[in-house]
Amino acid sequence: MFLLFLGVFFGIVGTVYWFWSYEDGGTMMLVGTAALGFLPGLYYFFWHKRFGGRKFFFWGRAPGAGDRPSDSDDATIAEGAGVVDSFPSSSIWPFVLGMGAFFTVLALVFGSWLAFLGVPLILTALTGVTAESRRGGHV
Amino acid sequence: MRSVTEVLNPPVVVDQPHGAAAPPSSGDHGHDGGHAEHGPTGILKWLTSTDHKVIGMSYMITSLVMFYLAGIMALLIRLQLTTPHATLLSFNQYNELFTMHGSLMLYLFAGPFAFGGLANYIVPLQIGAPDMAFPRLNALSYWLYLTGSITMLLGFFVAGGAASFGWVAYAPLSGATSSPGIGGDVWIMALVLTGFSAIFTGVNLVATTFYLRAPGMTMFRMPIFTWNMLVTGILILIAFPVLTSALIMLFCDRHFGTHIFTVTGCHLVNGLPTASCGSPLLWQNLFWFFGHPEVYILALPFFGIATEVFPVFARKPVFGYKGMVFATMAIAALSTGVWAHHMFTTGAVLLPFFSFLSLLIAVPTGIKFFNWIGTLWHGQLVFTTAMLFSLGFLFAFLMGGVTGIMLASPPIDFATHDTYFVVAHFHQVLFGTAVLAGFAGLYYWYPKMFGRMLNETLGKWHFWLLFIGFWVTFMPQYVVGLLGMPRRVASYPSNLGWQSYNIVSTVGAFIIGVSFFILLVNFVVSWRNPVPAGNNPWDAHTLEWFTTSPPPHHNYTHLPPIRSERPTWDYNHPDNLTVHHGPSKSPPKEKVPVA
Amino acid sequence: MVGVLAAALVFGGCKLPSFGFYPGATTQGRTTFQLWQGFFIAGLVVGGFVLILILWAVFKYRRTSEDIPKQTQYHTVLEVSYTVVPILIVLVLFVFTVLAENKVDATPANPGARVSVNAFQWGWEFDYPGGVKVIGQTTQAPTMVIPAGTDVQITLQSLDVLHGFYVPQFNFSRYASPGYKTTFDFNVLHPGTYRGQCTQLCGLYHSLMFFNVRAVTPSQYAAWLRAQQALAQLKPASVPQLPSGVKAGSSGANLSTSGSDAFSD
Repeated sequence: MFLLFLGVFFGIVGTVYWFWSYEDGGTMMLVGTAALGFLPGLYYFFWHKRFGGRKFFFWGRAPGAGDRPSDSDDATIAEGAGVVDSFPSSSIWPFVLGMGAFFTVLALVFGSWLAFLGVPLILTALTGVTAESRRGGHV
Repeated sequence: MRSVTEVLNPPVVVDQPHGAAAPPSSGDHGHDGGHAEHGPTGILKWLTSTDHKVIGMSYMITSLVMFYLAGIMALLIRLQLTTPHATLLSFNQYNELFTMHGSLMLYLFAGPFAFGGLANYIVPLQIGAPDMAFPRLNALSYWLYLTGSITMLLGFFVAGGAASFGWVAYAPLSGATSSPGIGGDVWIMALVLTGFSAIFTGVNLVATTFYLRAPGMTMFRMPIFTWNMLVTGILILIAFPVLTSALIMLFCDRHFGTHIFTVTGCHLVNGLPTASCGSPLLWQNLFWFFGHPEVYILALPFFGIATEVFPVFARKPVFGYKGMVFATMAIAALSTGVWAHHMFTTGAVLLPFFSFLSLLIAVPTGIKFFNWIGTLWHGQLVFTTAMLFSLGFLFAFLMGGVTGIMLASPPIDFATHDTYFVVAHFHQVLFGTAVLAGFAGLYYWYPKMFGRMLNETLGKWHFWLLFIGFWVTFMPQYVVGLLGMPRRVASYPSNLGWQSYNIVSTVGAFIIGVSFFILLVNFVVSWRNPVPAGNNPWDAHTLEWFTTSPPPHHNYTHLPPIRSERPTWDYNHPDNLTVHHGPSKSPPKEKVPVA
Repeated sequence: MVGVLAAALVFGGCKLPSFGFYPGATTQGRTTFQLWQGFFIAGLVVGGFVLILILWAVFKYRRTSEDIPKQTQYHTVLEVSYTVVPILIVLVLFVFTVLAENKVDATPANPGARVSVNAFQWGWEFDYPGGVKVIGQTTQAPTMVIPAGTDVQITLQSLDVLHGFYVPQFNFSRYASPGYKTTFDFNVLHPGTYRGQCTQLCGLYHSLMFFNVRAVTPSQYAAWLRAQQALAQLKPASVPQLPSGVKAGSSGANLSTSGSDAFSD
């Protein structure tokens, strides 16, 4: 809902701006931001309709089938019991990916030889992270 | 050969604790579904951690280091300006120093401290989540930030020195002809890295706040700090991609022969550029479309900190909670429409549109001010260091905000643009938020993060020296700016009477420097002689004060019932539940308020 | 109400303090000055009011007991009023801003003089009709001669990077952009010399890009211009073209005088 609001708001501001100033750069940026709101906003709007919740974040009083305990005023802690999500607890791959990005980016400045260090690190990290996720844990 | 990854833990699947028992004591190292804590230790643990608390702590320490470095640069700048034609620094060194001072403070301290450091640590705790939504992405954000910071500092060591075109890097000065050195490219790449870091953090903040709230923690029961971080996260997603794109375009201009922003080298026909020439104005538009939301990205978290501290030390709930939420959203929304108020003097922007929206931002900001005052009103105020810093923020931001309103009026801006009047204005607002409110947050949450208290006496010395130093430094700058002293100058005429103001300003800067030294002493002293903090040394209200100090792995072994925006207060003060109290003296309504 | 009060004070002709601002040596600068006075008063009143509230709260509500104070969370009437009143204040400020802005930005059709200003790293060039050029770099501080009491139209651009054309006593500045010409007017109230400086960071010698604006009576201006035009006709070679990529640190010997010594006063 929030996202749709963003989309509508920037749509209005962008339109006002265009007709007032005929200035290209700012108008494009405002239109882009409107799109930023509409794209995920419309997706969630239709998703939510499909999965039964009549309630959105800002209004809607009756709990619907698609409700989560975090959005319900009367939820007890016990309702939230059970698996929350899976949180990888330790992983070397963000560090490796970070280092890879670092060296690759520096390659643009200092010379392509750095890319020989950076790009393999990135590729290794991406592979590692994917493997880690699939196996639900360490590689 | 054993690979590094074999020693790592499997990801932990977290069971939410059942019901509320007594709040956990500090001896109770939470059981999370029976998995014992083992895994990498030492430096490997730091390199591989995805725990938001470790990441948040790393961010805070790194950003404070950047802060001190930038502070030293500021002292050098002030030393240079103490005399009109100082020879302490060459013109080039001076230009490098103010560029890097601004860049470090804005890109590497204020933002990362707030959304990478404090928000990372505190937001999951405040909503009852075990971690951020994407822990590995979170870790990546930190590594990109760290490497970005190192890259930025590398500028000082490359041939030709660091970037010297100002933290805003206006084209064509930042183009290949005028700034040919590697320093500029290093600066660009540093921001590309930190830009992505911020974007990933923004994603995490938004996802976590929407999806990982504990049962009963509806959107309108979240603490205001978390609300502000949510809005900040959305602003990050709107603003940073524009910066990153603009930076890439600038890099292309510098190295791949494009003319997106630069005009030199193209043909002028009848005094006007041909279609193949670029537009320096475009850089300004792109940069400020990022830049103005950026300053609100920097400010909103610190507004949130103040909104956490005031209720606790006034022993009252936040006044006008819903107003605060909507005001924050209004500020964020308006901030995306005001970017060209930085460009009033180009003669090329639609003045009334930007002026009107800029003036209008005063309204939601004013609402926040009145709500803060309302929180204090009729309270029982205690002046801990955190409270002092938050009050200091109020004073500083009040005046900074008023001068901002003046600058929102184009004719006044024509007279003051790029003078020390503007320098004083933005230092007041930035200092007021990032430094004063930032330190309020530090003193407030330090016990939660480390399980021990920071020394209050040293804290008060820190505050008063900093606060007094702040006014002494920046008030003269308003005056000398109105007299006509431009910014970014390494020397100034000696016959215009500007020197005395500059001297006073420098004295103030050194007072601030002393206060930072006191902070360091405080860190050392508090570590050496720990005073245990317990779960809730301040009798604070929000959820994070329910768990131990420091919180266990995955944050909560038990959760209290969440029926208002002050779950811990409700738990500790069952006779004074947070049912919505209006101004009248009639008893509170019976039914639970609807969010 | 605050804004109206401020406006009444300012435009009612009360002798108000300048609050640190230049009174403005041009009609446009004078307009800006009055706007500043209005804003300053509004700022003092609003800021002072909020300041008093904060100080009052800080001193009056210090902790005196361990009792839990009344847990007021909202007050709808109050909240609405402190939303609506600031909007009204902002509207008033905006109206005065637009009125002043239109006066300051106005470029009337028949100015008494026209000057073309080119900014470059690190100096200024002033071009007048008839091939007259006044150029100076850094501390040579070229002087732009203009007639007082009449509209003078300036067309400003840069030859390389962004610069800022700033005359403090006119309460005015404008960016000089490469590839983009911008126009504005001055109507100087009294003859005199006013200093100017570059305000937009433009590289190494940004701190030294000085110039002066010298306003003289229209007849003096006319005489000066004729003399300069005559010089330009006789010895076109002695009016140097601007070398491209001029760098400070060169001897500057190939640049012309500031033009003011052609003036007898």
